[in-house]
Amino acid sequence: MPIHAAIESFMRESYGQALAWLAPRAGGDIAAAEDALSEGLLAALRQWPEEGVPKEPAAWLITAAKRRLIDAQRRDATREKHADELRAALESPAMPAAQDERLPLLFVCTHPAIDEAVRAPLMLQVVLGLDAERIASAYLISPATMSQRLVRAKARIKELGIRFAVPSVEHWPERVESVLAAIYAAYTLGRGDPADDSRDLTTEAISLARLLVTLLPEEPEAHGLLALCLHCEARHAAQWADGRYIPLPEQEVQRWQAALQQEAEQHLHLASQHQRLGRYQLEAAIQSVHASRQFSGHTNWPAIACLYQGLLTHTSALGAQVGHAIAQSHAHGASIGLELLEAVPKERAQSHQPWWAARADFLARLHRTDEARAAYQMAIGLSESPAVREFLRQRCATLG
Amino acid sequence: MKYVLFFNEPAAAIPQDNTTPAAQAYWGAWGAYVTALAQSGIMVSGEGLMPPTMTTTVMMRDGKRVVQDGPYAESKDILGGFFVIEVPDLDVALEWAARSPASSVGHTEVRPVLPPM
Repeated sequence: MPIHAAIESFMRESYGQALAWLAPRAGGDIAAAEDALSEGLLAALRQWPEEGVPKEPAAWLITAAKRRLIDAQRRDATREKHADELRAALESPAMPAAQDERLPLLFVCTHPAIDEAVRAPLMLQVVLGLDAERIASAYLISPATMSQRLVRAKARIKELGIRFAVPSVEHWPERVESVLAAIYAAYTLGRGDPADDSRDLTTEAISLARLLVTLLPEEPEAHGLLALCLHCEARHAAQWADGRYIPLPEQEVQRWQAALQQEAEQHLHLASQHQRLGRYQLEAAIQSVHASRQFSGHTNWPAIACLYQGLLTHTSALGAQVGHAIAQSHAHGASIGLELLEAVPKERAQSHQPWWAARADFLARLHRTDEARAAYQMAIGLSESPAVREFLRQRCATLG
Repeated sequence: MKYVLFFNEPAAAIPQDNTTPAAQAYWGAWGAYVTALAQSGIMVSGEGLMPPTMTTTVMMRDGKRVVQDGPYAESKDILGGFFVIEVPDLDVALEWAARSPASSVGHTEVRPVLPPM
């Protein structure tokens, strides 16, 4: 295997697993484990060209990282009292091939003691090995700030001594919700325009959602989250067809990816067998109703409105409120939709682009042309995507 | 915190003839962006600029005045204008930078304003 292919495959398949194994054995010091792994990778780049790629590159890299962690601990006099303990943890049995400790690592990254805004970025970096710069761009944060926040979060994990363990039963729902929220946050970031750099984050988020389902097969919300992501992903090509933005009700169903939709339905079905409804299952169910338009030829808006009502008992997210208003506007008229939008506090709605786009659409349908035009202006001005701006501009132009 | 957003666009993106549909889309997008900024109450001030062909550059070199027509260095993107905004932090300033039509075709530079001495 060529060297770069071996390293790439390690990064893709084994990086998170290696880090999940190393970090708790380095006294919960994620940064030290990351450094050791990077040094192992550097050693590979130096040694493999001469010695050839080892039979098991991942095992070689983990051993190299382990050796470096032990050396680092030996050098660090302040940690001397722990050093023996740590050395013992690292030296004793090698990481068994089948041992996957990524689940505790996911729980650590999304621990309630970590600032909510940094949980998803931390997970992306630690579990998937994405670099801080790429994460920063997706999150629209300066790379220096992002690096700082990640460093601080890792220091906090070490200082607080957050345990690398699966939480106990009484903390389970809250801690699982936190993992799910972080994965979903990463997914929604990438949902934009395909020209957007953050787009490839969706692939990463989906791989995290898939991982979570294999690690937590008994958690219905994990299946719900994966189903939700897959349904949205299935429509991506149809939503951004030929460089244009196409809203959901106007998308050509032939452009939807049937395989992803089937997989989503399977997970939704698995989730339903646990008889415990939750936010992600409801959101996935909404997408599932949209998807069924390909069989029935029409969208069942009353059903969607009903599911949104259920969703709003689980979350007060602005996106869900706007979605509910849109569904109600199609089920019961634009004036109902407008009323629901106006119930959102102005300071929350002010710079939320979907709120303005929905408002513009409702006002246009109610023939309140001047107000519709003003709302379209706001929606266009708040858009980051040229395709969305153009779509809204054309809608606005049809007002006459 | 006050930040200045500098909007840089490729010359080709700026319409020469304001009667074409492309020009209407261009000015429409900018108009909407300025409206959103103003409505959000964060706009301090700002101006659009005439094209770089109208620039005169002044330098003092070895005690001598050097005056040159056009910008100092040719760059692919043109500074088209700037806005001063007042927002809580850099994160919010970057959100507004991402929404600017310039960011879709060129780039937007975000710089903090020097605090009063």
